Amino acid sequence: MDVLLPHSLDEALGLKAERPEAIPIAGGTDLMVDLNFGRRRPPTMIDVSRVPELAVWHEDDGQLFLGAGLTYATIVREMPEFKPLVQASRSVGSPQIRNRGTVGGNLGTASPAGDALPVLAAYDADVVVRSRARGERSMPWHAFITGPKKTALAADELILGVRWRRRRGPGSFSKIGTRNAMVIAVAGLCLVIDEDGHHVNVALGSVGPTILRASEAEQQIAGAMESSGAWKDPFITLPDAVIDQFGDLVAAAAKPLDDVRGTAAYRRHGCRVLARRAITWALDERRLPAWL
Amino acid sequence: MVVRVKVNDDWREAEVWPGASLLTFLRDRAGLYGSKNACEQGECGSCSVWLDGTLVCSCLVLAAQAHEREVRTVEGVTASDRLHPIQEAFIEAGAVQCGFCTPGFIVAVADLLQKDPTPSPATVREALSGNLCRCTGYQKILDAVSIAASRMGGKP
Repeated sequence: MDVLLPHSLDEALGLKAERPEAIPIAGGTDLMVDLNFGRRRPPTMIDVSRVPELAVWHEDDGQLFLGAGLTYATIVREMPEFKPLVQASRSVGSPQIRNRGTVGGNLGTASPAGDALPVLAAYDADVVVRSRARGERSMPWHAFITGPKKTALAADELILGVRWRRRRGPGSFSKIGTRNAMVIAVAGLCLVIDEDGHHVNVALGSVGPTILRASEAEQQIAGAMESSGAWKDPFITLPDAVIDQFGDLVAAAAKPLDDVRGTAAYRRHGCRVLARRAITWALDERRLPAWL
Repeated sequence: MVVRVKVNDDWREAEVWPGASLLTFLRDRAGLYGSKNACEQGECGSCSVWLDGTLVCSCLVLAAQAHEREVRTVEGVTASDRLHPIQEAFIEAGAVQCGFCTPGFIVAVADLLQKDPTPSPATVREALSGNLCRCTGYQKILDAVSIAASRMGGKP
């Protein structure tokens, strides 16, 4: 076993090209557990935690870029205006875990329980990757995550980060678990409203083999807002039956399994509850004065 | 591989298996047994240390990732032979039962009080949410934090 310790992105991409078998390690919150328990013995690891180019975020022309090396603690500290992302980041593990765990780690591990992933999915994020030989390419999040713990990352590539177009409108992330801290989600949901495009995007985590979008529910609620005039006038309220139907459609989009953390029926019910709460919060927030 | 880490102001160098954790380096190579080895999966916080000033679970850091970097352990919370005010507060409040989780809690509390010398009860609970006490003596631990915070008067 060997550990490579690059100090720049160029150096890291060069090493990954020469040693495509090298498994990237950043915060170690997934890989170290496997090492400690003897479940994995990668022949080579490449420590990307010292690559400064990965630990950045910036916004250009309404496009937000999150570097793969950004920790959840940094997001919580530096990005308060990105509320759903901060809510998801703050729900990750504990202070110790948030100080180490990274956005790139959630992407690389591609577990359906990665808390940042429903947020990326709700924003239709693109994943940006790079290799020394072929340079940079990007793809939609659903093309990057190809299955449970499977990604489209080539052996000589590293994840640079994710990019999405910033939307005007409220949103939230919420999850269900047995505690507020140190919990792998039983169900997680991110809902974002796009005031300009008249879209409501809903993504689900931990209730299927990968992150899921609740497309039918998205169309139902956006349509109800259109026909009632709620897009134009946020004080127009939607009937309870519409909110309940939205919850049912979100629950129907889940593809949950029974496992140690919860039954499929409980997860589906959880999605319904999270969906009703999230849309109610968002509609309420639309009624707040702009200066608040 | 050879890993060199500045631990509590002293450079320590040792040969480790490349897959070894920083916790293994600290306990088995540097002979610092304050950081405890319990869950090995970042759940319990017993191995909490600072890596370049950031609170981390040393079981989830590859020893190689700490190469040429600075680590502070519970042994380094105070430079003198006297106990740190947080340690005194734990004794006074009866916040030490079996004692296994105590070093991790001391480090996490010290990290909290450095950042927020007068934390609200909710802030304390969130800051300590990554540390488990299997004796379940949480109330006395919370009491110890208030004693320490009031006694330190905003000084870390």
